[in-house]
Amino acid sequence: MSDVTRAYRRRATGGVLTTLTWLLALAFFFPVAWMAATAFKQENQAASDPPTWFFTPTLDQFRAVIEGGSAVYVANSAIATGVSTVLVLLLGIPAAYALSIRPVEKVSDVLFFFISTKMLPVVAVIVPIYVVAGQLKVLDNIWTLVVLYTAMNLPIAVWMMRSFFLEVPGEVLEAASVDGAGLMRTLRSVLIPMVAPGIAATALICVIFSWNEFFFALNLTASRAATVPVLIVSTMTSEGLFLARLCAAALLASLPVILAGWIAQKQLVRGLSMGAIK
Amino acid sequence: MSTSTIDRLEGSRRAARAAAAERTISKAEGWRRRGPLLPALIFTVIVTQLPFLVTIWYSLRGQNLLRPGEDIFVGLSNYIDIAQDSTFRQTALNSVVITLGCVLVAMVLGIVLALLLDRPFFGRGVARTMLITPFLVMPVATSVLWSVALLNPTYGLFNWVLGVFGIEAVDWTSTYPIIAILMALVWQWTPFMMLLVLAGLQAQAKDVLEAASVDGAGPWRTFRSITLPHLRRYIELGVLLGVIYVVNTFDQIYLMTAGGPGTASANLPFYIYQRAFLGFDIGQAAAMGVVVVIATIIVASAALRLIFRSFEVKE
Repeated sequence: MSDVTRAYRRRATGGVLTTLTWLLALAFFFPVAWMAATAFKQENQAASDPPTWFFTPTLDQFRAVIEGGSAVYVANSAIATGVSTVLVLLLGIPAAYALSIRPVEKVSDVLFFFISTKMLPVVAVIVPIYVVAGQLKVLDNIWTLVVLYTAMNLPIAVWMMRSFFLEVPGEVLEAASVDGAGLMRTLRSVLIPMVAPGIAATALICVIFSWNEFFFALNLTASRAATVPVLIVSTMTSEGLFLARLCAAALLASLPVILAGWIAQKQLVRGLSMGAIK
Repeated sequence: MSTSTIDRLEGSRRAARAAAAERTISKAEGWRRRGPLLPALIFTVIVTQLPFLVTIWYSLRGQNLLRPGEDIFVGLSNYIDIAQDSTFRQTALNSVVITLGCVLVAMVLGIVLALLLDRPFFGRGVARTMLITPFLVMPVATSVLWSVALLNPTYGLFNWVLGVFGIEAVDWTSTYPIIAILMALVWQWTPFMMLLVLAGLQAQAKDVLEAASVDGAGPWRTFRSITLPHLRRYIELGVLLGVIYVVNTFDQIYLMTAGGPGTASANLPFYIYQRAFLGFDIGQAAAMGVVVVIATIIVASAALRLIFRSFEVKE
């Protein structure tokens, strides 16, 4: 085989692989695109057989979702997500520090304890949480979700932040202590700026998980503290099959996380593997 | 080169050695070190461990919220009921099928996609972005999208495509409920596996691959004897994390099939939810929760040991 034919063949294989990759990418993306397209249809076009491929896009469904009292749900989701993420960082960063830079005894035991709580199935604790929350009169209260989401994400944050702290070179910390910087100053002026990307990545993961959380929200909230996922489900059941409106609601609900994930693709891998993979 | 889990293990070993050397550190210093850890530790114990202790307590009682008078100590009778409950066994089996089915299929697809993405081509960033999107869609929205827009028997897109090929319409969520749930789950979790494997591929030492190619190893040979062993730890990590998350699947089952028809597609989380929140049978639901936790501890500790061994042995 001459070099020329070999080069040709390699280019042909490359072309086939590229085409295949694109076909698969389009196939995986298609359901999302279909959801987005349906959101811009009228109801009779959304649920038609055969499917409607060409139509004049309308914003009616989005208007209906936004004007249909979704503000409360969005506000609840924003509180549950935002406050729990801040709490996770406030509790998790010092804990990760105590497991890396100036370690306590039995570091690996503590780490395993944190990770083991992620393996505890949520269904195993929902019953007492429900009963106790009822007795404390905090059912249908957004702060109950804040506490639970904080506990849900804290182990991930501890593991992630620890992996970022371990990357801080020892010389930097020594230099800081030689300069006579105390603990708080070392944290504030040396450590925190160095692990800022890690804090951002940790926050992103916490936001994704708490924004999307449905099980606790379904069981522990009713009308006052319900979050966005609950809104979608009630749209689905109460209004029967308003497919286009449902797709508009689902698209709006997913959009914050989709955009955040697109922007922070690199951090996503590290967060999903709890810091194990860079 | 290496994953930071290795760094972490080395870090904790280093930390352990340092701790041993500093046994003599004063009590005050010990508490100064523990100080930053305690709030997180105490919070986690209170919110995650206490409820589980209460679950154990409930599991020994005959509490049913519909019959308030019967809150009495019943010993192990809830557990005996579970052992005789064929629905519990069926939903346990469904849990295994759904979890393993989703994780394995998603992993194979994820490896294929990662290999395809690990080469330069036109629009690679866009293709990657498109491929990770399913993982970012809210699971509740995913369930709606699949059960209503794609798999609906009358106007779902899937049946229309099948119709083009002359295949008759199928009512997916009632005829093949587990397959329907698996479709939505695999679609959602493939990007997760792909991202992990892709990170593994990109951490491969390029000089080793070049050496293999200079030595005349073909692409398949290189993949089998160099890339696959290198990917092993990433694959194991993906499978472990995948199992942890997928075994708790609730949203898709609640929304796509409601566990039905009957309990044909219910997994354990959904069945326990039904017993607790639709049957108000607190004692039974709590006992099932305890059984699930014990099973999880057994499986998870075996899996964790396996993984951490594979991370420690190498390098």
